[in-house]
Amino acid sequence: MNILVFVNHVPDTETKVKVGADGKTIDPAGINYMLSPYDEFAVEEGLKLREKFTGEVTVASLGGDANKETLRKALAMGCNKAVLLKDASVRDSFAVARSLADFAKELSPDIILFGKQSIDYDNGQVGSLVAEILSMPSISVVVKLEINDGAIVAEREIEGGHEVVCSTLPAVVMAQKGLNQPRYPSLKGIMDAKRKVIEERAASFVESKVEVLSMRKPPAKNPGKIVGTDVSAVPELVRLLHEEAKVI
Amino acid sequence: MAKFQGVDYYNTENLLSEDEILVRNTVREFVDDNVLPVIEKHNRAGTFPMHLVKQMAELGLFGATLPAKYGCAELNNVAYGLMMEELERGDSGIRSFASVQSALVMYPIFTFGSEEQKDYWLPKLASGTAIGCFGLTEPDFGSNPGGMITRAEKKDGGFLLNGAKMWITNGTLADVAVVWAKLDGEIFGFLVEKGTKGFSAPEMTGKHSLRASVTSELVFEDCFIPEKNLLPKSEGLKSPLMCLSQARYGIAWGAIGAAMACYDAALQYAKSRVQFDKPIASFQMTQEKLVHMVTEITKAQLLCLQLGRLKDQNKAKFTQISLAKRNNVYHALEIARMAREILGANGILDEYPVMRHSANLESVKTYEGTHEMHTLIIGEDITGIAAFN
Repeated sequence: MNILVFVNHVPDTETKVKVGADGKTIDPAGINYMLSPYDEFAVEEGLKLREKFTGEVTVASLGGDANKETLRKALAMGCNKAVLLKDASVRDSFAVARSLADFAKELSPDIILFGKQSIDYDNGQVGSLVAEILSMPSISVVVKLEINDGAIVAEREIEGGHEVVCSTLPAVVMAQKGLNQPRYPSLKGIMDAKRKVIEERAASFVESKVEVLSMRKPPAKNPGKIVGTDVSAVPELVRLLHEEAKVI
Repeated sequence: MAKFQGVDYYNTENLLSEDEILVRNTVREFVDDNVLPVIEKHNRAGTFPMHLVKQMAELGLFGATLPAKYGCAELNNVAYGLMMEELERGDSGIRSFASVQSALVMYPIFTFGSEEQKDYWLPKLASGTAIGCFGLTEPDFGSNPGGMITRAEKKDGGFLLNGAKMWITNGTLADVAVVWAKLDGEIFGFLVEKGTKGFSAPEMTGKHSLRASVTSELVFEDCFIPEKNLLPKSEGLKSPLMCLSQARYGIAWGAIGAAMACYDAALQYAKSRVQFDKPIASFQMTQEKLVHMVTEITKAQLLCLQLGRLKDQNKAKFTQISLAKRNNVYHALEIARMAREILGANGILDEYPVMRHSANLESVKTYEGTHEMHTLIIGEDITGIAAFN
């Protein structure tokens, strides 16, 4: 099976981001970056499909040189090949998706895996856009995936429950938490990955359709107040909720 | 407590390669996910978390610098050090397990063993299907191992071993013990397999330190060791001391991990604990403690990084390893105690990792060469005068 996984390099979930001097982008100073967690489920699923069907897992990422760190991690987890689609400019989801689709076309994969969204800008559009551009079925928020004889049965998470859908390959599948438990890259895998070459090529140029005007942090919250720690504080708490917060 | 984000006041991250960072991050994640959630329970119960052995082996934590043909990762020494740092951020006992398996069992078999011994034992030890231990210290010979009483006597087809070893990490768990004994007055290494007649390894109990680690005695009573189990290239006290240098190198890094865990706990606590209507982090005495901690951690990091680079070029002297072990463990223990002070009464609870690290580091300061012996080793090196013999 020819498996293609697209991954993104995003700020660590624990990082406190700051808006950059231009007011439109985040300040990268002091930020730890990581493989986007939902993309990690996609990588793991790609590796599991290869274990079942044999074949090859190619991992690709669009971005600057820093994205190589994330590609290296995916290689260390066991992906066969890594490709950096080089472009350090700011793009909207459409411009990203078009370039990814251009690359995917060349590779004619049986399946394209994404995380359900990147945890940086949270647009959650790229996977579906790539599917649309390539005229492939698109299945998002997948928590269970079964493939037999080119037929897909996938379980999706929906509000209040799960939905089971079917489709055919080739298709785009977007991973949700619960799909699998990503493996740690083994230390041997890390050393093997070090010897692999990350192919670099320029991402195709596509103009963005949406421009970011400004970025700002949510207003600071007022600090909470601890009225007391046992039952004796209840009357005072009720009074404050009633008289000050006016919520009861 | 918030997830650990690393301590890097001097941007040492820029001095690491991509794969070194990936090794550290992988082990960091492993420790966060698998060690921290269970370690206090095991520390209380005085048990080693055996279920972690398989996972540690799968990650490639055993014999990580040895060649790939034995199933090892072939890491450089800096990546190996970062791995030890993260393991000890979890617990000194977990790091000790990996240290013993790697530096004190796999290293001597690799360095002093026959091809048959290497081919047989190294893949088993790398995959965690066999556990090893190292027997040098005796009840009456600690800092002076050359005085050991354990004797091997030549017999038909092998040797008869008599004596006792003490303070042996993993002794009771081990499938194979690398035991140092005198044969005609000269020290050699022997592989003693579990189940050998006359060999027993009772666990030592009552420890207030390294509680999540198994410590044992090894007893040999007319224990027959076949000739094939002699480490053929071992000779003299230098051989076990070479192993100790490997282990001490890992300890020098490991101590930074324990120190970082304590500093991180103290910093988070100081910022959230309010007294006199403000966080205790706003008081000068608390700040002085935190600054001292981060300063010593930064110095230790730089010390180890340069030591690792030297070791990768085969230029590290054992006296330089002594300096790093001595300094880093001393300051890690100091940092653990300071962190306990910042945490006040809460510092003694196992809701926080501080008291556990503090108690562990008391052992770490003494084992693999006491603080005092390392002082004298460096003292001899710089003056040319040995103070201990």
